[in-house]
Amino acid sequence: MTTVQPIAERASVQLAAGAEAAAPPPSAGRKVALLRVLGPGHVWALGVGIVLVGEFMGWNFAVGKGGAVAALAACWLAGILYTCVAMIDSEITSTVAAAGGQYAQAKHIIGPLAAFNVGLYLVMAYTMLEVSNAIVAGDLIEAFAQSLGLEGAIDKRAFMVLTVVALAFLNYRGVLATLTLNLVITAAAFAAIVVLFVATQPWAPGTVLKHEALLGGLPYGALGILAAMHFGLWFYLGIEGTTQAAEEVRSPARALPLGTMTGMMTLLIAATLTWYVCSGLMPWEYLGQAVTPLYDAARLTGSRWLELFLFLGTLFATVASANGCINDASRAWFAMGRDRYMPVWFGAVHPTYRTPYRAVVFFVPIAILFAVSTPLDQTITFSILSGLLGYTLMALSIVLFRRKWPLGSIQRGYVHPLHPLPAALLLVLCVVTYLAVFLGYGTQLLAMMAFYIAASAWFVLHRYKYVRRGEQFTMPWPKPRGY
Amino acid sequence: MAGRPPYEPPIQSVLGQIVDAVLMLVLVFITLYLPLLFKLAGGGTSTTELPNPTWDSLGQNATMAGQWEKLGFTPEKAAGIIGTRFDYSFNWGLVALTAAIIVGYFIVMFRYSDRQYREVIAEHFDGSSKG
Repeated sequence: MTTVQPIAERASVQLAAGAEAAAPPPSAGRKVALLRVLGPGHVWALGVGIVLVGEFMGWNFAVGKGGAVAALAACWLAGILYTCVAMIDSEITSTVAAAGGQYAQAKHIIGPLAAFNVGLYLVMAYTMLEVSNAIVAGDLIEAFAQSLGLEGAIDKRAFMVLTVVALAFLNYRGVLATLTLNLVITAAAFAAIVVLFVATQPWAPGTVLKHEALLGGLPYGALGILAAMHFGLWFYLGIEGTTQAAEEVRSPARALPLGTMTGMMTLLIAATLTWYVCSGLMPWEYLGQAVTPLYDAARLTGSRWLELFLFLGTLFATVASANGCINDASRAWFAMGRDRYMPVWFGAVHPTYRTPYRAVVFFVPIAILFAVSTPLDQTITFSILSGLLGYTLMALSIVLFRRKWPLGSIQRGYVHPLHPLPAALLLVLCVVTYLAVFLGYGTQLLAMMAFYIAASAWFVLHRYKYVRRGEQFTMPWPKPRGY
Repeated sequence: MAGRPPYEPPIQSVLGQIVDAVLMLVLVFITLYLPLLFKLAGGGTSTTELPNPTWDSLGQNATMAGQWEKLGFTPEKAAGIIGTRFDYSFNWGLVALTAAIIVGYFIVMFRYSDRQYREVIAEHFDGSSKG
């Protein structure tokens, strides 16, 4: 309970700021101190809660792109990428402790156009993740109905729409209760993975898990390892969300890196367990296209109670994640409206529920449209691409940050070691992932770039004239070096 | 620090805001949804079809066949999944074009951002706009 309360408080402070933003000038009203109550454990829970759904669906498309062994290599390579992300983000967020996360950081370090793009990355990554969750929820319920002998009795699209609309309604009304519930069901989902792992008797290879007969080597050769990196990101996408709590942790210098790094370790372990169980139960060709791999793994054990447990675990993980995604996407959109990067109409707060209700409702038709008519791998790819663009920007952003405010010029909550090695490594791994996406999904990569280029042109040529210049910088820092 | 007064943005009409909001929806629809609708994006795959497939002809050993069957598949139903492979052949020209678009996007973004950032810094720290 205590874990989620600050999230709601943060949202309410952001919204209060937004309410003031509707009546200019807003900057004076934003100096609201948040309660510093979170420790490393809370930071850990925040990160793992956001990301855990990645173990239940989506990661296995890496198996389809390169085989099971390639997916494991991609899982660990992506782990290195996200370790760099966590290190860099811990330094920036513990220093730029402004509401809005990476969007606010880009405003202070790079400039308005970059911030506009980062805001869109967040909105698109979260919205497409929400869509993916809705697709999985629909498919899962259909599969479960089939396993109960109700084949053809339900239309999964109805459940996809219901998931999006019901969660949007909850977010419209306020999210404290649902965020509280989120943590409980995330814990249940994590327990489901561990129980499944134990139930498959990993200490007795060949009894339940049959890797020797099922693994299938590298069907695409070494190129498959590169290609698998595309969906390898799905194991961890969103872990950088841990640092969003920077304003509410008691000791950012200790809690942020510790909570984030232990979160990364947890996910690395959970990802490896998930891979081990699934690759030992399913032929790689099936695993590579499955919508609900962990649920399928439970079915293959032949245990009805395990099947039910993983059905609930998968459903919980997807619903919790979709709920968090609506919450985060709407707040990013709201923040952009508040700063006039988007119409100020979106910066409004509901008079009764104190939620960014217009931003919540705005994305419902988009989410439904994609959910009912788009394959899961495509929506996941859109989400991954938006995240990937953000990580690329992060690698460049830390270099600018250190150049504009060298060590010692401002107080940093945490200084990540070995700079610029993590930034360089992150950039290299981002380039590798662009290549991985290009293999098989090149048109989508270009479509995504077309979207961001067109949106950027719109911002520069039209939208920026509505933005108040000086108010984009709110940190109490000295002038950046070179300006 | 005498300079121009802080930039005062114009007030956008309600109609203008609606147009801007709809424009974003249209942009998402055109750039992201239409390529999917017309099957232009994703799934760079090819499928090999086998007449009268058996687990053997599909390259599945006894363990694999057993797991497929537990999942409710017959060789006929599984053939489409097993026969589908990604096609990783590509031409370097398209790689170079995609790379140029991504690099160009970041270069232009950083240059424009820096230009806007200078206005922000000037107005915030000096109380004047260089724009």
